[in-house]
Amino acid sequence: MKNSTELLEATVDYRTRESFLELHARERAKALLDADSFRELLGPFDRVTSPWLAIQDIVPEADDGCIVAKGTIDGHAAVVVAIEGKFQGGSIGEVCGMKLATALELARKDTENGTPTYAVLLLETGGVRLQEANLGLALISEIHAQIMELRQHVPVVGVVAGMVGCFGGMSLAAALCTSLIVTRQARLGMNGPEVIEQEAGIEEFNASDRALVWSVDGGEYRVKAGFADLLVPDDARAVAKAVRHELAKGVPAVHRSSKVEHYRNLLAQMDTSRQWDAAMVAEKFGKESTK
Amino acid sequence: MSETSNRGRIWMEALAGKKHLAGLPQSVLVSDAELNGEPARFLAVVPNPNSRFPRVREGEVGLEEGWTLAHAIRETIEADKNGTKRPIIAIVDVKSQAYGRREELAGIHLACAASVDAYATARMAGHPIVSLIVGHALSGAFLAHGYQANRILAFNSPEVLVHAMGKAAAARITKRSVAELEVLAEQVPPMAYDIRSYAKLGILHKLLDVVNPDAPSSEQVELVRKEIVDAVIDARKGPRDLSNRLTSENALIFRKASLEVRQKLTEQWAKA
Amino acid sequence: MQTMKFEYPATGRVPRRAHVGVVGSGDLEVLLEPSTESKAIVKIRTSVDGFDEYWKAVLDRFFSKYQGAALIEINDFGATPGTVALRLEQAVEESEA
Repeated sequence: MKNSTELLEATVDYRTRESFLELHARERAKALLDADSFRELLGPFDRVTSPWLAIQDIVPEADDGCIVAKGTIDGHAAVVVAIEGKFQGGSIGEVCGMKLATALELARKDTENGTPTYAVLLLETGGVRLQEANLGLALISEIHAQIMELRQHVPVVGVVAGMVGCFGGMSLAAALCTSLIVTRQARLGMNGPEVIEQEAGIEEFNASDRALVWSVDGGEYRVKAGFADLLVPDDARAVAKAVRHELAKGVPAVHRSSKVEHYRNLLAQMDTSRQWDAAMVAEKFGKESTK
Repeated sequence: MSETSNRGRIWMEALAGKKHLAGLPQSVLVSDAELNGEPARFLAVVPNPNSRFPRVREGEVGLEEGWTLAHAIRETIEADKNGTKRPIIAIVDVKSQAYGRREELAGIHLACAASVDAYATARMAGHPIVSLIVGHALSGAFLAHGYQANRILAFNSPEVLVHAMGKAAAARITKRSVAELEVLAEQVPPMAYDIRSYAKLGILHKLLDVVNPDAPSSEQVELVRKEIVDAVIDARKGPRDLSNRLTSENALIFRKASLEVRQKLTEQWAKA
Repeated sequence: MQTMKFEYPATGRVPRRAHVGVVGSGDLEVLLEPSTESKAIVKIRTSVDGFDEYWKAVLDRFFSKYQGAALIEINDFGATPGTVALRLEQAVEESEA
């Protein structure tokens, strides 16, 4: 995996580099599909927006923060679903979540009918949209179910780029993906640092300690510890190349989330009597034997 | 509800007996018991004040809980791979996922995903999964333990809650007071905590009236057992996916936007 | 949240619809498409109440140059007048590209 990262770094021409992070979700989706193949479905002009926000004095976004784009990747049928992290923190509401879940379902139906359709999920999300709480949570469980169905047939590749990262119930979705691509700026975790500090105290987790936050949630650590597969530079072409690289691997015999005995054994060996740090966990969890 | 609730254990033992699978962390109770004449596996996550993980002593779903649930479910999938798929029953009273540095470092998001994976895999293989919410069904803990079920049942009781985040934390993050959130919840059903509001959303299969859920009589237990059996039968009649959540009467009222998305996206996809 | 509606006389052709921006903090999204009536209609939803005068000023300036009979929808999350003007220009550019 390190070789792939170095290869990707080497392909970036820093004179013509285009930051992936600076792109909005729609442009990120476009960047990953073959040129001219991008077709947005249920776009802003369809105006299917959240029925729950206006009553709470929150201005809705016309696409509810979720872009569904059908197209091709290296000529192969694909759907890219990109969550707009700038809208309500990329949080999952009823419409946003349903767009994602349905896109996965439709990809599966096409696959079962003879047109295998890759899914690439751009996960820029803090998790459930609290203004739609129980619908957000329910939709996330439906997203999980749809990933589980689709990934049997074709790879489901997740990308966490930043700066929102991927947290909450959607971090479980990231963990269910066939493969996960991350940048150094990305963060991936179940609970955000502030929430941990609030619930467990500042000694357990100091949310203001940026070095700590990135050592735990940051993309580089996640790859080292084996929770993500590929570290990619902040360059749109490199991300597109990384996505193609991971899709080309196809469906594994066993997905990471199914490697139960492997992880149970690792966990059983950990000494819980003292606090842990990234180096020690990466050392134990990150061995190549997981691949 | 007290801080650490015993209700999961109470109902686990009432329905499946006091004999649990040995050799597992004490926070995860796994029992095999008969349900309507066939074997069934029951699962619960309960408080373990002796957990070797300091942040998992009040019934939270942490690393061990995620991987252990996954292990217990996969054992059942394997055992039944050539025969009848036995029911898997999740007794749910979980107040949250675990909040801790060890948890984040060692991938609690993956541990919980492993449990989601196992439940979904079992359901997809034909095991009827029924969740019984006896107390709290909150956030990532519920995603991991219970939300992949074919049918979800819940006690019709004011202390039974389903939500994405505790009230105080939710108030902080949305920059409103708890009182303001409670007022909003009256107009915005998905924001409410109580099980009756949750039932409006069409996801719940049935609300069960139970007298004295902390100390149920044997008659009450048998009534609940019968409901679980009925839910298993109903699940076996339907598809193995979660589509029943969108076809319920309440879904037609409260999930109009979901249905609109599904219909329009399907139409546009076909033409794209 | 405040909603506003403005109308301007306009008869120019709007070649294609356009969408720019994001409803993020300090930003806005603009949906621009041909109006069904022969005038321009602007519908605004904004998270910041009480800035009617600023919106009118920005739009007056915009329509002093732009002639399209457009239906413009704005979802605003606290953008400055400068950002609003920029997004409107970007929308026109995309519409006439």
